[in-house]
Amino acid sequence: MKLILKIWRQDGPQDEGDFEIHQIDQVSEDSSFLEMLDQLNEQLLGEGIEPILFDHDCREGICGTCSLTINGLPHGPENSTTTCQLHMRKFSDGDTITIEPFRARAFPVVRDLVVDRSAFDRITQAGGFITVRTGSAPDGNALPVPKDDSDLAMDAAACIGCGACVASCKNASAMLFTSAKAGHLNLLPQGKAEKDKRVLAMVSAMDGAGFGNCRNYGECSAACPKDISLDYIAKLNRDHAKAKIKKIFS
Amino acid sequence: MFTSSLGKKYIMALTGIVLIGFVFVHMAGNLQILLGQEAINAYAHALQSLPMPILWGSRVFLIVCVILHAWTAVVLIRENRAARPHANEIEVTKRAGLASLKMGFSGITLLLFIVFHLLHFTIRTIYPEYDDLMTTVGSPNEGEIHDVYSMVLAGFNHLWISIFYVVAMFSLSGHLAHGFSSVFQSLGIRSESWGKKLDLAGKAYAWSICLGFSIVPVLVTIEKFGFITFFETSTYSFPVALN
Ligand code: FES
Repeated sequence: MKLILKIWRQDGPQDEGDFEIHQIDQVSEDSSFLEMLDQLNEQLLGEGIEPILFDHDCREGICGTCSLTINGLPHGPENSTTTCQLHMRKFSDGDTITIEPFRARAFPVVRDLVVDRSAFDRITQAGGFITVRTGSAPDGNALPVPKDDSDLAMDAAACIGCGACVASCKNASAMLFTSAKAGHLNLLPQGKAEKDKRVLAMVSAMDGAGFGNCRNYGECSAACPKDISLDYIAKLNRDHAKAKIKKIFS
Repeated sequence: MFTSSLGKKYIMALTGIVLIGFVFVHMAGNLQILLGQEAINAYAHALQSLPMPILWGSRVFLIVCVILHAWTAVVLIRENRAARPHANEIEVTKRAGLASLKMGFSGITLLLFIVFHLLHFTIRTIYPEYDDLMTTVGSPNEGEIHDVYSMVLAGFNHLWISIFYVVAMFSLSGHLAHGFSSVFQSLGIRSESWGKKLDLAGKAYAWSICLGFSIVPVLVTIEKFGFITFFETSTYSFPVALN
């Protein structure tokens, strides 16, 4: 297939940036979106043009490194799918595809389509862990965990931290990410002990990173490649309120 | 408690609860006009004669809630704009409904409406003549009381005012439709399993409130153009200055 690509180019964080238009021929329907970009970069190299920078790593939908807002949708038009798992058969011959970086003040553009998502790392560093010493794995059933809780915790742990929630949010809020990371630990006995401290620290790191405020639109969950539910946001709201109240009266 | 991003959401939710409750009580009070002049006048008189601390306490409380709600909204929206300085080339909305996306717009409409409404029927600076409407109908004793019934009929006798009221009530229904279920989400007592029902309840509530408030100006207007005679305004003589 033949495609017109309207791609964002930006030299660095300070640069204004603008779209560049490229045409690409002979794209296989079976190639992934990132393979199509590889092909474009080959073509650009041949023409003596700087290749376009984009993030990727595992290319199997589990690491959360790939990004891209494709035709206005983070990770493209297919639900529950990362960009690396998106296939070109989802597009038609002759399409114009607009490719932009994830846009948020907290995710500054490094170059072209690569953005700096270390704000997420700072949220995780603030409380996305438990402070006990890690050692060898404990005995399977030494610590009983109700099945419902472990299921919910696993659903939250499915978050790969890609940032699509922020990119899809009209307010660039990081609530879905933060609530998934906090919720995953808060639901399990190992994490419960430090729940209040964790919630307060993670929310304050989130605010400090310059993300926006959640307005309950639900765009984040709709864009999430792992379908993280809005319930985790509700849970974070509740846990945060409780932690604050306890803090006031302690 | 209220300085973080979530704290501001708690302010929105808590003041929102007060205002969601208030519109219902206000609407139920209003509807007594359908029972006739005596019912609404007696009700309004009873409200006005509440002990000072209760009457003014609730007025101040409500105004503080509105101000906190609006001010926090301004802060939130400004922060949100700053958080996303560069718009997407193509802006797609997958899930958010119109009511939720237009909260700012409906909120501003409501704020303007509240100011107008207070000047119109409460402080009565728009038509100071309303102050002179006195009657004994609905009075608990023989004394004269303010004739709220006539004031409302005269008030909605102006087509533009009726239209403005109804438009504002549509804004209110949009604001409530998103606000109602947002309260639960922001306070963390919503889950997706019963969230759908909650959204429906919010919409039903929003539309009932809109209908309950709009029915009075709509009836007066229909009557003005001679289609029905509900309030029998024609048998009722307004002071000339009011028309
Ligand atoms: S590259 Fe790892 S999730 Fe897409």
